[in-house]
Amino acid sequence: MTNIKRRNFLKAVGIGGAATVAGFGCAANGSATASRSAHVIVIGGGSGGATAAKYLKRFSPDLQVTLIEPSATYYTCYGSNWVLGGHASMDDIAQTYDALASRHGVNVVTDSVTEVDPAKRAVKTAGGTTMNYDFLIMSPGIDFRYDAVPGITAADAERVPHAWKAGDQTRILRSQLEAMPDGGVFVMVAPGNPFRCPPGPYERASMVAHYFKQAKPRSKIIILDNKENFSKQGLFVAGWAQHYGDMIEWVPSSRGGQVEEVDVANLTTISDSGLTTFKADVLNYIPPQQAGAIAMQTGLTGDGFWCPVNQQTFESSIHPGIYVIGDSSVAGAMPKSGHSANNQGKIAAAAIVNSLAGKDPLAPSTANTCYSLITPDHAISVAAVYALNAEGTLAGVEGSGGVSPADAPASVRQMEAIYTKGWYTGITADIWG
Amino acid sequence: MKRSRVLGPGIALALAALALAPQASAEVERGELLAASCFSCHSIDATGNMPGLVGYPRDLMISQMQAFADGSRPATIMDRHSKGYSKADVELIADYIATLQ
Repeated sequence: MTNIKRRNFLKAVGIGGAATVAGFGCAANGSATASRSAHVIVIGGGSGGATAAKYLKRFSPDLQVTLIEPSATYYTCYGSNWVLGGHASMDDIAQTYDALASRHGVNVVTDSVTEVDPAKRAVKTAGGTTMNYDFLIMSPGIDFRYDAVPGITAADAERVPHAWKAGDQTRILRSQLEAMPDGGVFVMVAPGNPFRCPPGPYERASMVAHYFKQAKPRSKIIILDNKENFSKQGLFVAGWAQHYGDMIEWVPSSRGGQVEEVDVANLTTISDSGLTTFKADVLNYIPPQQAGAIAMQTGLTGDGFWCPVNQQTFESSIHPGIYVIGDSSVAGAMPKSGHSANNQGKIAAAAIVNSLAGKDPLAPSTANTCYSLITPDHAISVAAVYALNAEGTLAGVEGSGGVSPADAPASVRQMEAIYTKGWYTGITADIWG
Repeated sequence: MKRSRVLGPGIALALAALALAPQASAEVERGELLAASCFSCHSIDATGNMPGLVGYPRDLMISQMQAFADGSRPATIMDRHSKGYSKADVELIADYIATLQ
């Protein structure tokens, strides 16, 4: 620990506040075996990082926990399709860090991490601060691979929004949908596997259809997919037919859904070596994805696009002492969802607390639940419980999980729609409340 | 040590503590970690519309999880979740949740 610069440590102590000083109580007693409270830095205040920060303090109140997140207000990606459908507002999906700081004693720093030094256990921020950590949790979400398809770059995201990170992008896509004339065509290019929120593109099509049905019923929705099947497919397709007739057309890879080039100026996609084109009035290109930039930059992805971890603890397989949770991690059968990230935050927090206590890591058992709205009164879900298998991979527990029944009556779909809203309220309270 | 006087004795002690290994006395038991998974939907503050679990009676928890798993209590999603836990796991969850206040 001699590499900790005195100035930086003072900074860390300063922001730790009263709780930090209290943490040194045993040292003040002059005990020869005195200890200091460990400092855990969490990068990223989304579903994974905010949960990890909160549960670290919940599991072990003496810990010093610093959460570094660039935005003071975080917009959840889940729920953003409801904004596109016009039945939720941006305020409904806005979360802040007030409770983490005031109720749970997390030191929340509004800044972004520009560099991590795993050897020195230090992070540098854009604001010019250097902080040392004993443990680091990274939850940086996703980054986009705009280099995967020619013709479109990140600079085109205003004209052709991805809206796959919520916030301004959600507003841009919503305004374009509002400005589109009746009879227009909304084309969405769904990302290849694996990607954030597997049912998300299909819920988005549903919510846009819900809006079109009321506001511009002659319009059309085309989903271009490089896949041959998708999450909750049977339930989505049946729901689309029931509520929207033939408004939504899903085009799999084998029928020209594999987009090979984007002509941004003409809002046109090109596939089948130029034989198939789709002209849009509103084009929503969701690029293929990879781990968040800081994880890539720190070398946590190795040769791949995602971060391999010990799936019992979520500690990086590449840099010990760094835990990677949420979308950036490789988590066996767990999908890249906010619910998964929330659960992984708890596993990593428990692993760090038990490591400090000199205990072996626990055998995790964890869950995912994803609700999707087809209309505001018709929801479907997929759920699973995961446990570590003999190969050390998180796998679905046999006999558990699955999707909503295909033959459920409207009352069950409505009940699930009510629980969809309840899930949002509950999980955001668990993460940021 | 003028600076120490300015910053207060806590800082000086903190600096002395730097040479020591970080520690924490708390420990997370498996029941607490398993139960934390429930709180994703069943918020610990009883926010949202899922039933609150704080102080939920132990035996009732065990019987309801069993009823969800065998289908005797109808559900939209708890049937699919309840089948993912062994009887021993459900008991650990029930033991922990019953102690919550």
